[in-house]
Amino acid sequence: MSNVRLIARLDIKGQNLIKGIRFEGLRVLGDPQQVARRYYENGIDELIYIDTVASLYGRNCLYDIVEYSTNNIFIPFTVGGGLCSVNDVKKVLRAGAEKVAINTAAVRRPELIDEISKIFGSQCLVLSVQAKRRNNKSWEAFIENGREPTGLSVVEWVQKGEEMGAGEILLTSVDQDGTLNGFDVELIDAVVENVTIPVIACGGAGSPEDIIELVKKTNVDAVAMASLLHYNYFSIDEIRNDMSNHDIEVRSIENILYENTP
Amino acid sequence: MRIPHSKPTITIIDYGASNLISVARAFEHLGIQTQLSDSPYDITQATHLVLPGVGAFGKAMEALIKKKLVDPIREYCLKKRPFIGICLGMQIMLEFSMEFGDHKGLGLIAGKVVPIPKTGKDGKPHKIPNVGWRSLVQYSANRVWDNTILHDITLKSSVYFAHSFRIIAEKESDRLADSFYDGIDICSVIKSGNLYGCQFHPEKSGPVGLKILRNFCCLE
Repeated sequence: MSNVRLIARLDIKGQNLIKGIRFEGLRVLGDPQQVARRYYENGIDELIYIDTVASLYGRNCLYDIVEYSTNNIFIPFTVGGGLCSVNDVKKVLRAGAEKVAINTAAVRRPELIDEISKIFGSQCLVLSVQAKRRNNKSWEAFIENGREPTGLSVVEWVQKGEEMGAGEILLTSVDQDGTLNGFDVELIDAVVENVTIPVIACGGAGSPEDIIELVKKTNVDAVAMASLLHYNYFSIDEIRNDMSNHDIEVRSIENILYENTP
Repeated sequence: MRIPHSKPTITIIDYGASNLISVARAFEHLGIQTQLSDSPYDITQATHLVLPGVGAFGKAMEALIKKKLVDPIREYCLKKRPFIGICLGMQIMLEFSMEFGDHKGLGLIAGKVVPIPKTGKDGKPHKIPNVGWRSLVQYSANRVWDNTILHDITLKSSVYFAHSFRIIAEKESDRLADSFYDGIDICSVIKSGNLYGCQFHPEKSGPVGLKILRNFCCLE
């Protein structure tokens, strides 16, 4: 097992950081720039910014936080929500994002995956999949922030995504999202075992134990956390130390000083 | 190391690499002025030159050739001024790459670019690309980091990688630091005189990466 990446996921609506439960009952939690900065200074490995309403309105409002991050936050970050063309992707990458996440647009037009990966490389393309459990060990992919069913089987869809050039999968369990009740381990295992690209598990992380259990039971590459961090249930340090104590390799952040003014 | 009183301007080669802005902002965060340029004149006259890079080797070389920047970069490097290639920019410094067919590189450092082996040290398959944070270690104990871009960097500090190919440097003395991916040896920093290359992204490696870029500015 190589280093498991710890990622903070920030869902953004307009100018606000928001978070709901199973994508509903969204609560406003503050200024995403301040929160992102705090996670960076506390040693998060990566950030994901998702514009939660962008695909409804057909535009992405994250340019402010992209610009802020490029100027102030020196770790990789992924931008998603409403990106639907090669041109949209180009703008975000040129503005400093390391990767883009695509869900709705890729379901509507899968060739977009191929187009983006051929031009910018697979490494920058994250296929975002919102999975709802249907029955025993079967999951359906949703778009428009868990609102619209697609009829696609999650496992078949991620395989197709990989084939078309996706470099990574951001796998969110809609059922577990915001519940803090732990990951849908079966879902994550089913996806990880059916693709060869890295998988980021998202939805349900409530404690370091949830993450440790997931990493021990599956070959997941990264975990994305939201409520767990947004509501300060655990610090990034606590999570990293607990994982390390369970022999899980994590990024070493000893002796690092995050200076504001160099 | 200290940044000289007359702060240098860092010239970053603008040939379409998508991490260009991130690299520039990281230097600017350190209070260093940057100049993004695709002009052969600016490149030969630079005092500190950076070659960023993300994506495919062949396409990147093609872009440098099309912009007539290959000879100016070589000319600059002959002056023994500080140069750093980042990620794909590092790979382009070598003689050739086996990425999707053979491609010639800049040939600033002896060696080649090859795919990361498909299995780890234990013989089991692993994910490609190598994405994530890995520690910097010394290739051999006698490689001294003092007064290089790794000056004062703590051994085993983690930096951020995202790549599918790795370099094989011909001369062992060009290997300044290594990292491991699933037991596979990755040459993570090369150095030949004042020419440096980083396989990882210092501009995305937090305070450790910023310190490496700061050290680069201190080179003369």
